[in-house]
Amino acid sequence: MTTTLAAQAAAPGRAKSLPGGRILLGAAVPVFIIGLWWLVTGPLDLFTPTQLPAPQSVLDAGVGLFEGGALFAHVGISVQRVLLGFLFGAGVGLLLGSLLGLSRIADGLLHPTVGAFRAVPSLAWVPLILLWVGIGEDGKVLLIAIGAFFPVFTSVHSALRHVDPHLVEAGRAFGYHGTRLLTTVQLPAVVPPVFSGLRLALAQSWLFLVAAELLASSEGLGFLLIESQNNGRVDRLLLAIVLLAILGKITDTLLGFIERKALKTWA
Amino acid sequence: MTSAPALEHPLRTTVSDQLEMPPPVVAPESLSVTFNEVGRAFGGRTVLRNVTMTVTPGEVVAILGASGCGKSTLLRAVGGLDSGFTGSLLIGDSAVTRYDERTAVGFQEPRLLPWRSIRKNIELGLPKDLSKSEGQSRVDELLELVGLSDRAHLRPREISGGMAQRASLARALARQPGVLLLDEPFGALDALTRLKMQDLLLDVHAKTGTTVLLVTHDVNEALQLADRILLLGRHESDPVEGAAVKALVSVPGTRPRDRAATDLAPLRAELYAGLGVDSR
Ligand SMILES: Nc1ncnc2c1ncn2[C@@H]1O[C@H](COP(=O)(O)OP(=O)(O)O)[C@@H](O)[C@H]1O
Ligand SMILES: [Mg+2]
Repeated sequence: MTTTLAAQAAAPGRAKSLPGGRILLGAAVPVFIIGLWWLVTGPLDLFTPTQLPAPQSVLDAGVGLFEGGALFAHVGISVQRVLLGFLFGAGVGLLLGSLLGLSRIADGLLHPTVGAFRAVPSLAWVPLILLWVGIGEDGKVLLIAIGAFFPVFTSVHSALRHVDPHLVEAGRAFGYHGTRLLTTVQLPAVVPPVFSGLRLALAQSWLFLVAAELLASSEGLGFLLIESQNNGRVDRLLLAIVLLAILGKITDTLLGFIERKALKTWA
Repeated sequence: MTSAPALEHPLRTTVSDQLEMPPPVVAPESLSVTFNEVGRAFGGRTVLRNVTMTVTPGEVVAILGASGCGKSTLLRAVGGLDSGFTGSLLIGDSAVTRYDERTAVGFQEPRLLPWRSIRKNIELGLPKDLSKSEGQSRVDELLELVGLSDRAHLRPREISGGMAQRASLARALARQPGVLLLDEPFGALDALTRLKMQDLLLDVHAKTGTTVLLVTHDVNEALQLADRILLLGRHESDPVEGAAVKALVSVPGTRPRDRAATDLAPLRAELYAGLGVDSR
C-alpha cells in the first residue's frame, strides 16, 4: 500500500515539472525539418518552386487564401462534414454496439450480418453510394459515417461482452438488475475502451473525408488538394496537408480532453 | 453431531459488559438456514450431495473442505446466485429466492467497482428502500466499524488488499443481512492481516448478531471463528462421486478463543485428518 500511495504521490509532481519540457522536446524534430526545408529551398536553392516551394511561400499561400475568404470556406465545410459524419456514425455505432453487446438475442440475430458488412473494405461502398445517394453532402457524410461506425461499434460491443463477470455478479447479488445494473456496473466499466474506439473513429472520419472530397467536390480541403495538384500549386497543396494535420490534431486533442474528464469520473 | 451451543447469550453479555457500546449497526434479525438433501451436479458430474443441516439464527458456521470440493457452490446456493441445486434450502421459513435479499455475500475477491470511492462502493450494498440520510449514517457507522473512515474518499486501487476486503465486508453488512455469506474472505491476505480480519469479523458478529456462513480452507481460522464446523468431503469408501457432509462438529469454548490454546489440539488433528492431511 505504501508503495502505491508513494507512486501516486510522486506522479503528479513529476507531471507538473514536465509539460514545458515535453513541448520543447516534441517540437525539436518539426523545427529541425522546417529549418532544413528552409535551407534547401532558400539559401541552398536545390529545388525549383514547382518541386518544393519555400516555407514562406506556403505561408503566403495561406494568407492569400485567407484574405479572399476561401481558406475559411474550405476549412469550414471540411470540419462540418467530419463532425456530422463522426457524430452520425459514432452515434449509430454506440447504439448498435450496446444493443448487441447486452442482448444475446440481438447479438445472435444481427452480429453475423454486421460482421459481413465489416468484412467489406469501407471504401468499396463508394461506387454504390455514388449511384444511390450521389456524392453531394449526403453522400460524403454517409461515407464518413461508415468510416466512423465500425471502430465505435466494435469497441462498444466487445467491451460490453467482456465486462468483468465478477463485478456484474456482485451487482446482481446486491439487488441490481436491468437498467440499474447497466448504469451502475456495465456502462461505467466500458468507458475506457469506448473512448479508444471513438478516437480511432475520429481519425477514420478525417481519412474518409479526404477520400470523399478527392472523389468529387467543389470545396473543402480535399478539393484544395486535388485542385492545387491540377494547377501545379505545390504551395497550396502543402498548405492543405499542414491544415489537415493541424485540424486532425485539434479535434483529437478535444476528444482526448473529454476522455480525460470521463476517465476521472469512471476509471 | 452435537446441536449448536446457545452462543448468542455469552457473546452478548461480554459485549454489554463494556461501556458505551454503539447500537447495533445491523438490525440483528438473524435468520436460520436449513439445508435438506442439498446437492449439485454440473453437466452430469456430481459435485455435492446429501447436505443436510440446520444453522440456527446468530450462529457462525465454518464450511471447511479441500479446494474444489464444492464449498463455494454450497454458499452460492444459499445466496441465490445459483438455482441449479437439488433438494431444498430455506432461509428462515421460506425458500431461497434468486439473489436473495435476506443474504449478503462477501466474495473471495473484494469485487469493488474500481471507478467508485470506497464510500460509494459501500453504498452499493444499501437496501433500495432506505432513505438517503439513513443510508448515509449507516455507511458512516460501517466505515467506522471497519476502520476506513479516513479512506472513504479513495478508490479501491488506492488502498491495500486488506482494506479492500474490509470495504467488501462493510458493503455486505450495509444490507443488514439475516445471513452473512463469506467465501474465503481472508484467503488472499497475508497472515498478520488475516488475523486482524478475523478479530474484526468477531467484533462485527458481536455487534450485529447476524448468522454467518464462512467458507474457509484454513483449519485454524475455522476453529478461531466458528461455533460449528461443517467438513465437506468424500469418504474413500464412498462408491459415488461428489462431496458430502464428512463431519459436523461443535467447537468447544466461547469466543474470542485463545489462539495459542492447546485444548483444541485433538479437534484440530481430527479436522486435518478429515482433510487428508497429517497434522504432525
Ligand atoms: N458453473 C460451473 N460449471 C461447471 N463446474 C463448476 C461450476 N462451478 C463450480 N464447478 C465445479 O464444481 C467443483 C466445486 O467448485 P467450488 O464450489 O468452487 O469449490 P471450492 O469452493 O470448494 O474450492 C469444482 O470441481 C468446479 O470445477
Ligand atoms: Mg471456492
